[in-house]
Amino acid sequence: MKRVVITGAGTINALAHDVKGTFEAFREGRCGITELDIRDKDRLSIQIGGQVHDWDPEARFNRQQIALYDKFTQFTLLAGREAVAQSGLNFDGRLSYEAGVVLGTAAGGVNTWDDNYRTVYEEGKNRVHPFVVPKLMNNAAASHLSMEFNLKGPSFTVATACASSNHAMGQAFHMIRSGMTQVMLTGGSESMLCFGGIKAWEGLRVMSRDACRPFSLNRNGMVQGEGAAIFVFEEHEHARARGAEILAEVVGFAMTSDASDIVMPNKQGAARAIAGALRDARLNGDEVGYINAHGTGTAANDKTECAAVADVFGPHADRLMISSTKSMHGHLIGGTGAVELLACIMALRDGVIAPTIGYEEPDPECALNVVPNVARDAKVKVALSNAFAFGGLNAVLALKRA
Amino acid sequence: MDTVEDKVIRIIADQALLDPSDVTPASTLAELGIDSMALVETIFAIEETFDVSVPFNANEPAASQFDISSVGSIIAAVEDLVAARA
Repeated sequence: MKRVVITGAGTINALAHDVKGTFEAFREGRCGITELDIRDKDRLSIQIGGQVHDWDPEARFNRQQIALYDKFTQFTLLAGREAVAQSGLNFDGRLSYEAGVVLGTAAGGVNTWDDNYRTVYEEGKNRVHPFVVPKLMNNAAASHLSMEFNLKGPSFTVATACASSNHAMGQAFHMIRSGMTQVMLTGGSESMLCFGGIKAWEGLRVMSRDACRPFSLNRNGMVQGEGAAIFVFEEHEHARARGAEILAEVVGFAMTSDASDIVMPNKQGAARAIAGALRDARLNGDEVGYINAHGTGTAANDKTECAAVADVFGPHADRLMISSTKSMHGHLIGGTGAVELLACIMALRDGVIAPTIGYEEPDPECALNVVPNVARDAKVKVALSNAFAFGGLNAVLALKRA
Repeated sequence: MDTVEDKVIRIIADQALLDPSDVTPASTLAELGIDSMALVETIFAIEETFDVSVPFNANEPAASQFDISSVGSIIAAVEDLVAARA
């Protein structure tokens, strides 16, 4: 089995348009959740979100590209360019056949669906722009990333709701580990902050109107975010031979299905995924210093997740740190695991644990070290990233300090 | 007021990223660098501008009633569609 390392990272999210700015925000415990700036906001009962502000696609893409790129694709390409630039890789030669893309997105081009439904339903028009289908399809971002960088190996998109990115990165990890590919661009993207995208979530009655406060007794729901994060996963020897800077090593991955409920989380399913990732990485629980929680800020998720962590780690659950950065960037749905992997890299590499902000009151059902409100310095050897999706599909990644 | 010809040339020039003065009725779409994607966008723009429905099937461009062999043939076809609408 091959070893797999991360040699590039890129992102755009509510906190910043790059990794450096996102790390700064994590360190400062800054909140990126604001009043939404979208069409027909007055008809929404939820008016906040982790929205990407000051986004100027014309500065990044030409007119023909914009005609084909939904916002979730634009976010992906921006993050992908940052990640590839950092890796220093070039895919002109033989490597292009041994490199691919696996991305996660829950819903793909939601803004494109939304805009064009308006055209035909609200405005009553009988024709839409010819590129609606290639723009909204869930694999558009993966395909454009492959075209931008000449990646000709296995490429596809994974959709497992809020676990999409973790499932995608798990696939990329498996492909390199098994020797199928040398390099994979992986991560995820979501752009659901439009009228229809928020209206759909409102229906579930799980959204907070004021803030995302994971693990806090007074938490009152999740807050949607948007953006992308893309990573370069590379076979260890390949990276070492070219003297690449290694951000972290991916050492384990596991996925489970609750097979119980379409929306309610399940402690056993989550615990099996966490324990499975440790087993896959051949790690003992007490080696884990940090967990980036799924931590949505809903009553159900946070207590179930804490119970699962307590079950898996026993007494060590009280010693490790667990935080939810969704309190800062919101829940990026299918893109969330990718942005959250950045917090794991920061913990391993910089020794800084991103906090859970908005934390106001301890909840006896979430009695773990949730790094409330202020970042913490700590030397961490192993970090986990949890994602537990609607539909009961769980995916957990294990990362190790390079 | 702009004629149908002026408007069609402007649409095609816009897709070809050219100045309208570089597009003449004798030009062919291939000469102008209009590929299949730009062609469907051109047809969409014609339909939007003139409020007509263009009988064009991208699977079989040659079999369509809409003649795209040159800019001039497109202009003539659009003039027919506009006349039929009136």
